[in-house]
Amino acid sequence: MRLIRWTATAAALTVGCIALSACSPGTALPAGDKAADDRTGTLQVWLYNEAGNAPKEAVVAKAVTEFQASHQGVTVNVSYIDTDAAARAAKMKGAFNDPSSAPDLVEFGNTDLPGYVAAGGLAEIGAELDGWSSKGDLDPAIAKTAVLDGKTYGLPWWVGVRALYYRTDLFTEAGLAAPASYDELVAATKAVHAQHPDTFGIAVGGKYTFGALPFVWDAGGDIATKSGDKYTAAIASAESQAGVKRYTDLFGADGCPAQQCADLTGGKTVDLFAAGKAAMAILPNSSRSKVDAGPAKGKYAVVPLPGSKAGSIAPAFAGGNNLGVMKAAKHRTLAVEFAELLAGPANQQAMYDAMGNLPTLKSVNTAVAAKDAFLKPFTDTIAAGTRFVPMDQGWAQIDAQAVVPTLLQQVVTGKADVAKASGDAAQQINTAFAAH
Amino acid sequence: MSAPTTTAPAASAPPAGRRRGAGPAAPPRGRRRTPLLLLLPAAVVLIPLVAYPIYQLGLLSVLDFGQAQASGGVPTRFVGFDNYRGILTDQQFWTVLAQTVGFAAFCVVATLVVGAALAVLLTRIGRTARLVLTTASMAAWAAPAMTGSTVWSFLFDTNLGLVNDVLVKLGLSGFHEYNWFYDKWTAFLIVGAVVVWHSYPFVMVTLYAGINAIPAEILEAASLDGANTWTTFRRVTAPMLRPILTIVVIQSVIWDFKVFTQIYVMTTGGGIAGQNLVLNVYAYQKAFASSQYGLGAAIGVIMLLILVIPTALYIRTLRRTGNEL
Repeated sequence: MRLIRWTATAAALTVGCIALSACSPGTALPAGDKAADDRTGTLQVWLYNEAGNAPKEAVVAKAVTEFQASHQGVTVNVSYIDTDAAARAAKMKGAFNDPSSAPDLVEFGNTDLPGYVAAGGLAEIGAELDGWSSKGDLDPAIAKTAVLDGKTYGLPWWVGVRALYYRTDLFTEAGLAAPASYDELVAATKAVHAQHPDTFGIAVGGKYTFGALPFVWDAGGDIATKSGDKYTAAIASAESQAGVKRYTDLFGADGCPAQQCADLTGGKTVDLFAAGKAAMAILPNSSRSKVDAGPAKGKYAVVPLPGSKAGSIAPAFAGGNNLGVMKAAKHRTLAVEFAELLAGPANQQAMYDAMGNLPTLKSVNTAVAAKDAFLKPFTDTIAAGTRFVPMDQGWAQIDAQAVVPTLLQQVVTGKADVAKASGDAAQQINTAFAAH
Repeated sequence: MSAPTTTAPAASAPPAGRRRGAGPAAPPRGRRRTPLLLLLPAAVVLIPLVAYPIYQLGLLSVLDFGQAQASGGVPTRFVGFDNYRGILTDQQFWTVLAQTVGFAAFCVVATLVVGAALAVLLTRIGRTARLVLTTASMAAWAAPAMTGSTVWSFLFDTNLGLVNDVLVKLGLSGFHEYNWFYDKWTAFLIVGAVVVWHSYPFVMVTLYAGINAIPAEILEAASLDGANTWTTFRRVTAPMLRPILTIVVIQSVIWDFKVFTQIYVMTTGGGIAGQNLVLNVYAYQKAFASSQYGLGAAIGVIMLLILVIPTALYIRTLRRTGNEL
């Protein structure tokens, strides 16, 4: 009796809820409804708080002074937010869920873009940017990282690409030249490891997605390909499997032993190379200061990561940060103008000098590469063409669920062969795209 | 966990209508209302803090609700049991569930064995030794899970860990740069050890108190009757400890089933290729890390249903031992 009555009550409640939809979970008001375009007041800006942030703050402070001088009655308030992936995701979710406390302008990782757009957080600023004097100077492959379904949601501020760091002392000792192909790279790991059994031939990691993807792209594969407006997994294609195999083959005794390297992230491979434990590593330009702080200082050089064909460059991932205007911004025009100032030629140059981040403007890129020989392999890599992750909010899910690292780790640890592991990954990738 | 606590007493009261006039026990109207009034303060706290969130959890689990829905970019959609279907047809879920049950069972048994053995030891040693042992145990108990896990991770670190260093110095060169978290089972073993280290003090203290509460006369009587140590334990101590033991077991089951911190910290989010995932970490990785709140809520409901079983047993045992709720 009691059970029946209870069930009836529950059913009545449920029906009532669905009918009224009054008890659905809290949803923010669509951000667009609150947007405004005030030309005076306080412009709220969120930028990333990076390691060694002081030089960046100095550059931004100068830009703020300049902007305030040219805009009467405008104050720019810059906050530096935690760069750690989980912390910044939480911070951004907060801004999306409560538009009234959202900033006007934000810095964001370019892979975060589809998720932010789907959340209704970012404003489309393509029309405004068309009038920007430096627009034609943007590197086209990098400009694409701010475009989703033909609409522009951001202004690329800086990029970072990865190239091959190698130890010149160990290579000279073994009579080797810088590797110019994948086969030479493998031969180099063997030669160095034979002479120094305690040294890893190359530092790679099972969780290092952006270290592995160049091998996949070089082999002609990809995570997913787009046909129409839908992405389909391509990670299980023959080409992708060949690329995965090339990367995971580096986890042998000569390269980076699986026991040690299966669980490494990209950051940990920096540590290995900087500590002098590995003869090679695939690291971004920004790792330079960290490497220079360790025993490898002065004993290394950098070349573009070689592809399988001799003399070719494996396509690098175009990582970097964009500046975007929030949909809930109260000072839309001011936000775009400040973004244009920060990403303009003078400040891109200043940001490079301060933080070593690569500029997104071709002219500035040429200028800094001419000044600093260290940058040449990185600018060469950009010039050879960079690649990107699927521009779809499904990527956020694929990334959060560690689909690619799991694939790599399964192969590296021998839990599954390349065909099985990439088949599983393809299924998860397709599920993620289907869900959005 | 406390939701059933509130409903249990109410449920045990038979419908008032039937009781009226059925026997002399029928209390006057005012007295029947007293228990309800006494429950009111608890209800005021528990209904908003427990019942309402559980209701929201259930509601979320039948919706397609992600970050886009939370921030109003996309309208919320009712998907019925799609979230549940997605989880129950995910092969990984069943692997993780089996792993969770196995891991929890291992931790419960190990915790009880260690805790019980040390409780018996406590009754046999001198004051100083007892003080040292209880202090060490209390320190382990007091250590936050996060701190404990991090410290143990340092000890078992591949390159700089004390354990590898000592083993190599003892002549076991195979442990040079040995990665304890590479193999699924050694990783589980070490995480299990940390879980046990964190939870055995509770078992030890509870059982020690239980053993001390056994009246000396009974033990004396047993020895006068010629019972040896083993018989005394089997026929006197064990039966008298049984209620306490049951509670300790069930509580450990609930705790160890919900392990999160130790796995998350020590195996950096579930181990190589997710080999060390348990249900709680799986829910986090699968759902909350990628903002699929609907899916996460469905996993939450499934875990809730699984945990209701030991909780119900726990409450029944509590009531039977006269520990009124």
